[in-house]
Amino acid sequence: MRLRAEELVVGFDGTAALAGASLDVAAGETLALLGPSGCGKSTLLRAIAGLQRLDGGRVLLDGRDLGGTPPHRRGIGLMFQEHALFPHRDVAGNVGFGLRMAGTPRAEIARSVVELLGLVGLDGMGKRSVETLSGGEQQRVALARALAPGPPVLLLDEPLGSLDRPLHDRLLDELGEVFRRLQQTVLYVTHDVAEAFALGDRVAVMRAGRIVQTATPNELWSRPANGWVARFLGLANVEPLGESVRITRPEAIGVERSPAGEATVIRAERSGAVVTLTLRDSAGRELEAVVAGVNVPAPGDRVALRIDPAGVVFVPAGD
Amino acid sequence: MVKRLVLLGFVLLSVSCGGDDAGEPTEVVLVTHDSFVVSKPVRAAFEQESGLRLRILQSGDAGAALNRALLTKGNPEGDVFFGVDNNLLSRALAEDLFEPYEPPGLDAVPDRYELDPEHGLIPIDHGEVCLNVDKGWFAERRLAPPRSLDELSDARYRGLLVVENPATSTPGLAFLLATVARYGEPGWQELWRKLRANDVLVVDGWEAAYTAEFSGAGGSNGTRPIVVSYASSPPAEVVFAGKPLDEAPTAVVEDSCFRQVELAGVLRGAQNESGARTLLDFMLSERFQADLPLSMFVFPVRDGVELPEAFRRFAVVPERPLELSPEEIGSNRDRWIREWTSIVLR
Amino acid sequence: MDVDRAPLGRLQLAAAAAIPIAFLAIFFVYPLATIVGRGLAESGSSTFATGETLRIAWFTTWQAALSTALTLAVGLPLAWVVGRFAFRGRSLVLALVLVPFVLPTLVVATAFVAVLPGRLDRSVPAILLAHAFFNVAVVVRVVGGYWAGLGRTTEAAATVLGAGPWRRLREVTLPQLAPALAAASALTFLFSFTSFGVVVVLGGPRIATLETEIYSQAARLFDLRTAAVLSLVQLGAVAAIVVVASRLEGRLLGGRSSETARRVLRRPRGRERWLVGSVLGSSAVLLGLPLAALIRRSLSTPTGIGLDHYRVLRRETSILLVTPLEAAANSLLFATLATGLALAVGGLLALALARLRPGWLDALVLLPLGGSAVMLGFGFVIAFDEPPLELRGSALLVPVAQALVAAPFVFRIVAPAIRSVRVELREAAALLGGSPLRVRREIDLPLVARALGGAAGFAFAIALGEFGATIFVAQADRPTLPVAIFRFLGRPGAENQGSAAALAVVLALLAAAAALVAERAGGRRSPL
Repeated sequence: MRLRAEELVVGFDGTAALAGASLDVAAGETLALLGPSGCGKSTLLRAIAGLQRLDGGRVLLDGRDLGGTPPHRRGIGLMFQEHALFPHRDVAGNVGFGLRMAGTPRAEIARSVVELLGLVGLDGMGKRSVETLSGGEQQRVALARALAPGPPVLLLDEPLGSLDRPLHDRLLDELGEVFRRLQQTVLYVTHDVAEAFALGDRVAVMRAGRIVQTATPNELWSRPANGWVARFLGLANVEPLGESVRITRPEAIGVERSPAGEATVIRAERSGAVVTLTLRDSAGRELEAVVAGVNVPAPGDRVALRIDPAGVVFVPAGD
Repeated sequence: MVKRLVLLGFVLLSVSCGGDDAGEPTEVVLVTHDSFVVSKPVRAAFEQESGLRLRILQSGDAGAALNRALLTKGNPEGDVFFGVDNNLLSRALAEDLFEPYEPPGLDAVPDRYELDPEHGLIPIDHGEVCLNVDKGWFAERRLAPPRSLDELSDARYRGLLVVENPATSTPGLAFLLATVARYGEPGWQELWRKLRANDVLVVDGWEAAYTAEFSGAGGSNGTRPIVVSYASSPPAEVVFAGKPLDEAPTAVVEDSCFRQVELAGVLRGAQNESGARTLLDFMLSERFQADLPLSMFVFPVRDGVELPEAFRRFAVVPERPLELSPEEIGSNRDRWIREWTSIVLR
Repeated sequence: MDVDRAPLGRLQLAAAAAIPIAFLAIFFVYPLATIVGRGLAESGSSTFATGETLRIAWFTTWQAALSTALTLAVGLPLAWVVGRFAFRGRSLVLALVLVPFVLPTLVVATAFVAVLPGRLDRSVPAILLAHAFFNVAVVVRVVGGYWAGLGRTTEAAATVLGAGPWRRLREVTLPQLAPALAAASALTFLFSFTSFGVVVVLGGPRIATLETEIYSQAARLFDLRTAAVLSLVQLGAVAAIVVVASRLEGRLLGGRSSETARRVLRRPRGRERWLVGSVLGSSAVLLGLPLAALIRRSLSTPTGIGLDHYRVLRRETSILLVTPLEAAANSLLFATLATGLALAVGGLLALALARLRPGWLDALVLLPLGGSAVMLGFGFVIAFDEPPLELRGSALLVPVAQALVAAPFVFRIVAPAIRSVRVELREAAALLGGSPLRVRREIDLPLVARALGGAAGFAFAIALGEFGATIFVAQADRPTLPVAIFRFLGRPGAENQGSAAALAVVLALLAAAAALVAERAGGRRSPL
C-alpha cells in the first residue's frame, strides 16, 4: 500500500518538531528516513503511526485519510528502537500478540508464529522468555512481532541502534532480504547514512522538521540538494563559492604518483578494498580522493590529480 | 477484575439502599453503646414473643452513643435508646430526646432508681463503681487493705492506687463523683491533692487500669493492688477464672461505691413506636433482668430477681452507695473535670 | 509534555477517575463536611483556647516527626535485607512485618506495657517506640520493594571509583532511594500524626494529640464546635504535609527499570551473611517481643501452658451474640469486600493519575487518612439519614469505612508501578491492534500485578485490623474480630483476657496468611 504524509506539523511548547514534512512511500518500496538526531524523524514516525497528535497536515494510506483513526485501528506496524518486547510474555506470546488482538483463531496464530520465527531465524524458540534473549535475538522477535499481523506499512525506528557492528551488518542484510521477500512497504528511520543507503530504495533526508531531499541513494550521492545534505552524507570536498558550493566527489579524482604532481598525500586510510587519501594541493586546499588496489600512493608522495568533470557539481549552500 | 469489583460494590449498595418500609414493621432497632450485651436465648425469647426482629446498633462508648442520638434527633437511627447513665441524664433530658412511656414492669422497680419523673427514661440496671483490692497482694504483705476513701491518702498505701481519667472514662468520672459526694467542696479537691502526693496513677480507661495495671486481675501482670472498678468485678473474676474458685481473689471497698443507673427510652420519631414500647416492657421483664448480671455484669433494678450463684456468693451490693442528683452532676460535671485535671494532671 | 503518549481515551480516563472520585466524595467529603458544618454552626463559644490548640498541634507534629525518624532507623536495615538479598523465608519476612500493623492498638499497647522496661510506659518514648513497631511494615515494604528495583550497577561503579560502604550508602544508594524514603516517611508520619489507640493507652492522660483531643471534645464533652475546628486543623495539617512530601517525592522521582529486579536479589555472601543474619535477628527480637508476650498470654492457662483459650473460638459467650469464629468469618468477608473496594478506588485513581507527574493530586488521595474516625462516624450518621442514602446501620458501611483507610495505600503502591511501565510497551500493543482498554488489560495489568498483589495484601491487612472506624459502624450481629477482642478485653477475668489474647493471635495469623497469599498470587515479577 502507498503511504503519504502531507505537510505534517507538530509543535512542542512553541517550537516546531515537524514544520511541514511530506513524504511518499510507494507500495512495496523501502524508504529510508535519514537525518541527524533531533531533526524530528521519530516524531514523524509517531505521527504516522497515530501516537502523536498532528497540529497540521494529514496522513494517507492508499488515499484514505487516517486522521481520526486511533493507532490500534490504523494497521500500521512499528518496530521500536528499544524493541519494547512485553516482558511478561514469552517469545511466541510476543510474536502472536497482534494476531490475538485481531481475533485470529489460536491454531492459526500458532502456525503463523512458527512460520515467522523461521523467517527471522529463531526456529523453536517460542517458549523462551524474552528477558533471556540476546540483543540480536530480541531484535528478531521485535521484527517478527511487527510483521505478524501483516501490516500494510511497517515503520522501523532505528531498530539496529544498539547492536554491535558485525551483528548490525548481518541484521541489516537480513532486514533487506525480508522486506524484499514480503514486498513490504517500509519506512525506515535511521541516522546512519550507510544503513539508509543499504536498505532504502529511496532515501528521504530530514533536517529541522522538514524533508530536504528525497532520492535514490545514487541520485543523492551524485547530486545532493545542497551543501548541508552533502556534508551530512559524508561527502568531502565541499567548497563554498559564494551562495553555492562546489562538490567534488572523491571517486571522481584520479590520482597518479608523479614527482612533479601538484598535490601531496597527507594521510592514507584503508577501508577494505579502497583507500581514502587526504591531499593538499599547491593552493593549500585539502581534498579527499578514493583509490582502489594495493599499489597506492603513501603519505609524503607527490601526486598529479585528474578530476572527472562529471564528478563535480554546484549546488546551493543550504545553510 | 477491578471493574467487576466496582460493579459488585454498586450492586450491593443499591440493594442496601432499597427501602423496606412497606407494611407492618417487622423489626425493632435498639441503639446503644458498645458495652451492651444480651445473651442469645434471651434475645430469641423476645423475638419469639413479640414477633419482631431485634436489631442492635452499637456506636462507641456511652458518650459517643448518646452524642449520636443527639445528632440524629427527630430522625433517629432506631426505636429505643439504651445507655444513658446518671452522668449523662441531664444532657439527654435537656434535649428532649425521648417519648415518655411507663412500662407495667416499673411497679417492681424501687423508687430510688427512677431518676426521670417524666418517665422519658426508664431505669434498666444499676452498677456500682467501687475501689477493688487485690486480696492476695495485701495478705502476702500482711497489710490491711483500705476500708474507706479517707485511708487512701495514708502513707502505707503510697503508690498502690490506679484510677481512670474522669475526662475519658465512665468509672473514672463515677469515682470523681464519689469523692465529691463524700467530701463536698472544697473537701474533694483536698483529697485529690493528697492522692496525687501519694503517687496515684491515672490511666485513660478501664481496660488499661484494670487489665494492665491492677495486680488482682486474672492474667494480669499489673503491680497496683487498688483500682477503680465495679462491684461486679469480684464475681466476674470467679466466673471467668478458668478454674473453680472458692473465694474471689479481689474484694470491694464498700465505702467507696458510687451508684450508676442505666436508663433506656423510646426515641422521639421512632419508626416502630409500639415495637419500642414492647422492647422496653421486655427489658423490665424478669427474664431480661435476670440475664443482666452475667451478660453486662450489672445488677437488675427490678426487685425480687434472683441473682446467679456467683453474684450471690461473691458480690457485694452496697447498702448505701454514694449518690449525686443528675441535676447537680449536669450543672457541675464539666467544671469538676477541669478542676480535677488541673489538680491531678498538671 | 507529550499529551498522547498514554493511549487511553480521554473519555475512558474520565470514567476511570469518576468512580473513585465519586466514592471519596460520597463516603469521605460529604459526611465529614456535613458534621464539620454542623459543628461550626453550633452556637456558643468554644471553651478551648487557641493557645491550647497550638500546643496540641505542635506536640502532635513533633512526636510524629520523631516517630518517623525512629521507624526509619528500625525499618531501613530490614528494608536493605529484603531489597538486596534473596534468602529462604524472604516472603515470610515481608508477610510477618505486616502483623504489628494489623493488631488492634489496644492489644499491642497492653503487650507493650508488659515488655517495656521500668516506667517507660505512659511517656512519649513509649509512644514513639510503639509507632515504630506499628509502622515498620510501611518502611520495609515500600523502601525494600523500591530498593529491589534498583540495579546494582551504580553502586558497583561507586565502589570502583573508591567509595567505601558508608560513602556509597550516603552518596549513591540513599539519593536513589529518595522517592521511596519520602513515600514511606510521609505514610509513617501521617499514621503517627493521626494515631489514636497508641497515644491513649501508652501516652496516658497527660498527653493529647489532635486526634485524641477531637475524640474527647466530640464524644465526651459534646463540644462539637471545638471538635469541628480541631478536625479542620488536623485535615489542613495533613494536607500541607502530604503536599510537601509529594513535591519532594515528585522532584526526586528518577527513572528506574523494574525489569532488572530479578538479577538484583542474590544470596548474601561472606561478611554480608553475617550482617543479614544480625539484621534479621535483631529485627526479630525488636518486633517479636511484644508479639511473644501476646502469644505467651494466649497460651498460659490456670493449669499451665495449653490451647484452652483458643477453644473460645467455637464457644457461645455472654459477651458476643456470635461465636468468635463467626466474628472471624465476618472479618474475612468485610476485609475481602473492603479490599475489593480499595483496589477499585485506589487502582482506578492510580490509572487515572498515572499519566500526570506525581503532584498535589497524589497528595490529596492520602487525605482520608487525616480524617478523624469519630467525626467521620458521626458524619455517616447524619449524612446518610434519608433515601437514597439511608445507610445508617447498614453492614456495608464497615467495608466502606475500611476501604477509606486502605485505598490511599493501594494508590501509593500501584501508582508508581503503573508509572514505571514503559510507554513504548503500551504503544507497541496499540499498534498491534490493542484498543486502549485491551492495552490496560494485556500490558498494564500483568505488569503491575505484583504491585496489585502487594497492595491487596496491605489493604486486606488494614481492613482486617481496622478498629477506630469499624467500632462506629459495626452491627452487634456482625462483629469483626477486633471488635470481639475489644469486647473480651473489656471484661474482667483471666479467661476473658486469655480469650482476647488468643483472638489477637488468630487475627495476626490471618493477616500474615493474607499477605503471603497476596504475595504469591501477585505473580513473580517485580519485587514488592
